[in-house]
Amino acid sequence: MLKLASFMTRPAAKYLLIVLALVFPLIARNEYQVYVMASAFIWAIAVYGLNIITGYCGQLNLAHGGFFALGAYTLGLLTGDYGWSFWPAFVGALLMTAFIGFLVGVVSLRLKEHYFAIFTLCVGFIMYMLTDKWEELTHGPIGVRDIAAPHGFGIVDFTETTPFYYLVLAFLIFAIWFMGKLSRSLLGRTFMAIRNGDDLAQSLGINLMRNKTLAFVLSTTYAGMAGALYAGMVRFIGPEDGNILHTFDMITYLLAGGIGTLSGPLVGTVGIVWLTQSLQFLEEYRMILFGPLLVVLVIFFPRGIVGSFLGWLHRKTLDAGLPAAKQKESRIATGKGVENNA
Amino acid sequence: MNLFFQNIVNGLTLGSIYGLVALGLTLVYGILHIPNFAHGALYMVGAFMSYFFMVDLGVHYWVAMLGSAAVVAVLAVLCERLVFHPLRHSPPIHDKIAAIGILLFLEAVVQMFWGADFRRMSSPFTGIMNFDGLIIPEQRALIIVGAIVLVVALQLFLRKTMTGATIIAMAQSREGAFLVGIDANRVAMMTFAISGMLAAFAATLYAPINLVYPAMGHVVIMKAFVIIILGGMGSIPGAIVGGMIIGFAEAFGGFYISSSYKDIIAFGLLVVILSVRPQGLFAKGAH
Repeated sequence: MLKLASFMTRPAAKYLLIVLALVFPLIARNEYQVYVMASAFIWAIAVYGLNIITGYCGQLNLAHGGFFALGAYTLGLLTGDYGWSFWPAFVGALLMTAFIGFLVGVVSLRLKEHYFAIFTLCVGFIMYMLTDKWEELTHGPIGVRDIAAPHGFGIVDFTETTPFYYLVLAFLIFAIWFMGKLSRSLLGRTFMAIRNGDDLAQSLGINLMRNKTLAFVLSTTYAGMAGALYAGMVRFIGPEDGNILHTFDMITYLLAGGIGTLSGPLVGTVGIVWLTQSLQFLEEYRMILFGPLLVVLVIFFPRGIVGSFLGWLHRKTLDAGLPAAKQKESRIATGKGVENNA
Repeated sequence: MNLFFQNIVNGLTLGSIYGLVALGLTLVYGILHIPNFAHGALYMVGAFMSYFFMVDLGVHYWVAMLGSAAVVAVLAVLCERLVFHPLRHSPPIHDKIAAIGILLFLEAVVQMFWGADFRRMSSPFTGIMNFDGLIIPEQRALIIVGAIVLVVALQLFLRKTMTGATIIAMAQSREGAFLVGIDANRVAMMTFAISGMLAAFAATLYAPINLVYPAMGHVVIMKAFVIIILGGMGSIPGAIVGGMIIGFAEAFGGFYISSSYKDIIAFGLLVVILSVRPQGLFAKGAH
């Protein structure tokens, strides 16, 4: 049991997961399951973005769904209305979300805690209202149609589900790889220092504003990437894609998986997306379950599945006196490092 | 001139409603330092409770209003006991997420019972008062008078009674309040009950000239947040003044600028003000 558990934290588990994801379309019972998995991966990318600013940097960003919609709309409008092809529009969506993210970040990150959360809530709502009301640009409630999929090559046609699944998977692996690099880098540790106490971080010589803005821009770019992929897959978007409820969904995924952990967003998103799929009849009322789930999670398991698992594993290995514990001990003694490396 | 007056009446009506909702929010923030994102859901439940009492049980408007206030007050106290109290030592981000959880839950429950449709709630005050060409619908007059009565009653309660004084004391200084033996649990429950009641009153007053639907709290709660940021989080006069500012900005902005963008005006105002003054318009200290 313990062996199995500690295996989960080894690199081998990572490769096993990748292999599983690669063969998933072959073992899936129908195309719909592949589609659900692809959309779960897209949400996971967005949740990784939320994890940067909220999990590592400690700022609750409630405009995240808005940036997701911004990426989706940028791609949708550029390909649908202005005749761009997918990849230039994709880059355009990334640049757009990064740019708007920078502007919003520069203003909003001067605010702390509650003020920041409320401000971003309003920003997200403004974005939603604009997609709904600015009909000349966004087509209003009708939404955007005729969104281009990426050009295929050979027998690969990205308008089909399975090739797009692999495309999304590639982006997801890149997103996680980058996040892993980030969380182990000085920059990632800087973000965590800000989360753990920004006065202390500042007195250590950390430039709060610059680092927070960087975290914010990174997170909105992730949201934009996910949004653009979403638009490319669904190929029809409307104002409801920017609904604040999507932000709340993402917070649920993040919290269930484990806020501030590396594998938490993936575990939480894929887990809950499949949970809601299996409770199809609940689709409309899923919040009856999600709402109390959020409350129970923050009260009893604030570290989520991954965080709680790592905590349990850590205690067990200490009890068993395994050699692995010795290696990790120094890291634990110096701080919260352990939860951020799984 | 007449249109101008009409806009003033509209501004006063909106400002009264926003002010009442913001008052509840600011009271809770002042005591517990929680931005209660679920407050809009309490407002929504208040409207649905009145609707339920009036349409399904057939009671009178005033009785429905009192019943709804009682139900929402109990609900708010339950939120405090079951959710915010256990989280009192957690990082602030957890309170916010838990509040969002309550909001999602209440909305889903209401939607399960009543569906997502827009409903109309009637009130006995459908007439129109005509002062020499100046027209005020009775319900709007009722909203303005009702808001004034509630604010005065709240002030009297807070200033003249012992229980009210404990709330003020705790808002001024938590440690000081503990030192003189004020029971924090009691004050917290009381504050939540008052904030829930105010939300239910506001919803019941406003529902007859608006519609009743599960998402009706979204825009209102966000505007209430804008208001208490403008007025300074925790400040009671700030909530009333801020409510009026937003109410008038919307009434006049919706009329003279664009009615389809009128909901954005409040948020645009917030973005502009916070960009220039990150601590809010009337706040004393920063953050």
